[in-house]
Amino acid sequence: MTKTAERQPPAPAAAHPAPAPPPARDLRRRRLADQARAYGFLLGGLVCFALFSWYPAIRAVVIAFQKYTPGSSPEWVGTANFTRVLDDPEFTAAWRNTLTFTLLALLIGFAVPFVLALVLNELRHAKAFFRVVVYLPVMIPPVVSALLWKWFYDPGAGLANEALRFLHLPTSDWTNGTDTALVSLVIVATWANMGGTVLIYLAALQSIPGELYEAAELDGAGLLQRIRHVTIPQTRFVILMLMLLQIIATMQVFTEPFVITGGGPENATVTVLYLIYKYAFLYNDFGGACALSVMLLLLLGAFSAVYLRLTRSEGDT
Amino acid sequence: MSSTRTLVSPAALARPRGRAVYWTVFTAVVVLFTLAFLFPVYWMVTGATKSPDEVARTPPTLLPEHWHAGGYRDAWDLMELPRHLENTVVQAAGAWAFQLVFCTAAAYALSKLQPVFGKVILGGILATLMVPAQALVVPKYLTVADLPLLHTSLLNAPLAIWLPAVANAFNLYLLKRFFDQLPREVLEAAEIDGAGKLRILWSVVLPMSRPVLGVVSIFALVAVWQDFLWPLMVFSDTGKQPISVALVQLSQNIQLTVLIAAMVIASIPMVALFLVFQRHIIAGIGAGSTKG
Repeated sequence: MTKTAERQPPAPAAAHPAPAPPPARDLRRRRLADQARAYGFLLGGLVCFALFSWYPAIRAVVIAFQKYTPGSSPEWVGTANFTRVLDDPEFTAAWRNTLTFTLLALLIGFAVPFVLALVLNELRHAKAFFRVVVYLPVMIPPVVSALLWKWFYDPGAGLANEALRFLHLPTSDWTNGTDTALVSLVIVATWANMGGTVLIYLAALQSIPGELYEAAELDGAGLLQRIRHVTIPQTRFVILMLMLLQIIATMQVFTEPFVITGGGPENATVTVLYLIYKYAFLYNDFGGACALSVMLLLLLGAFSAVYLRLTRSEGDT
Repeated sequence: MSSTRTLVSPAALARPRGRAVYWTVFTAVVVLFTLAFLFPVYWMVTGATKSPDEVARTPPTLLPEHWHAGGYRDAWDLMELPRHLENTVVQAAGAWAFQLVFCTAAAYALSKLQPVFGKVILGGILATLMVPAQALVVPKYLTVADLPLLHTSLLNAPLAIWLPAVANAFNLYLLKRFFDQLPREVLEAAEIDGAGKLRILWSVVLPMSRPVLGVVSIFALVAVWQDFLWPLMVFSDTGKQPISVALVQLSQNIQLTVLIAAMVIASIPMVALFLVFQRHIIAGIGAGSTKG
């Protein structure tokens, strides 16, 4: 409402040749001062966003088309970086592994937390205990979780095989087998990150109005029918959001393969981000690394766009 | 809150059969949670106190035969943990302070000071949410290695953690949305009393924003403490590395028990933070997600 008041004065001020200072100029100066102050508050944040978010995003695209070595001036090379990266046998392996990892993480890291949250929501005792315990691994630094599981998977005295022996089950190669390595890493990631998902589901489950269950029960719906017709529709939105967030997060997996397997055995656990890291810091090929980054960016950007569209449309209703 | 109706009706739970099923499920979940989440942590904490041959023995011992504190002592001294812990604390505390100052100021400006192009700037900030951070680490690294215009390198300096931490669209947006909801009348009253913008931010807005400042603080600290790829790239100098990077670098050629002890020590600060603030953290995760 102050804005409309500010817009009126100029006309009468021009009509009267009054000796008083012209309000229009005064107002403009004050508005300029207000803007200067607003930008003073914004400055620090703006500079950091410009330097570490906007500029690198543009630069990734630029360097993807350059031969870039730090210290010397870059050369334009057209799409040579893309063709070189696409020809790399590790490229196919990295994308296949990343997509498989994401899919497995969805299957394991999605159904398990949902079922756990469903069960936890029914328990009326030791609620705080369950919430703290399930979230505990999330607070352990990811590097420590990775090193811990590397020790568990140890073919010698590792706990994983000891547990299988204790149950009289055949032991596994875990991270040393080309077939089992990726799944082993998915287990680590799920163990480490499940807590957050469970807590978010729990919050969603608690927001379901109890009358819906009562009504369904009066209509004769059994337990599974109530889950299917009340619980899942009511939490559908949260499920979808978490699924997208998890896809975006697991597509960027790096710590587990880097720390536990080093990408092996035989490239079975090289991921896209790991390959980006290798191109930049092992091969010193920043052009190739940026070409890969751009590809990952486009794919994840599409997922993110869907995610933001969903959150926004829900916010409007 | 315990009276709210959930999937299973209270009547069904009150029946003898319902109660039996309930307690069976309850026990199963307690056992499952203990085995899946507490036992690995127990294994780590006790593993560090075992002797080197005991830790490599099959079948393993459930309780250490002798409790050696030597693993912890060696980790502390041999792996130079005090230095790496100090590096991590400096990096996390600085990132927290920079984020609080710059993100709060920017969020306040965007929410209350109506800068021209404010909408465009906010759009640009929110757009970075669509660009997953990890996919941009390489160009970000090149920027930090040779800052535009200044042509200085922040590599191996804590500023390489502090400044990029400010570019956190999620925290900034969280703050802005909170400031949007503050009652206009209170701010206007302060303005009529002659308070400047900075004064209003400091004495009116911030005291009213304690909950969101707490959430942002925890996010900021945890993010730096848990990060691995970025500090791995930025700190090639071993003496400057935070504990997460140092652990991985040193894990290759160190005795297992010593490494495990170091892992326990590296986990203590965040786990302690969680246990102290668990109520707020758990409530924050639930609330933040459902209110979108």
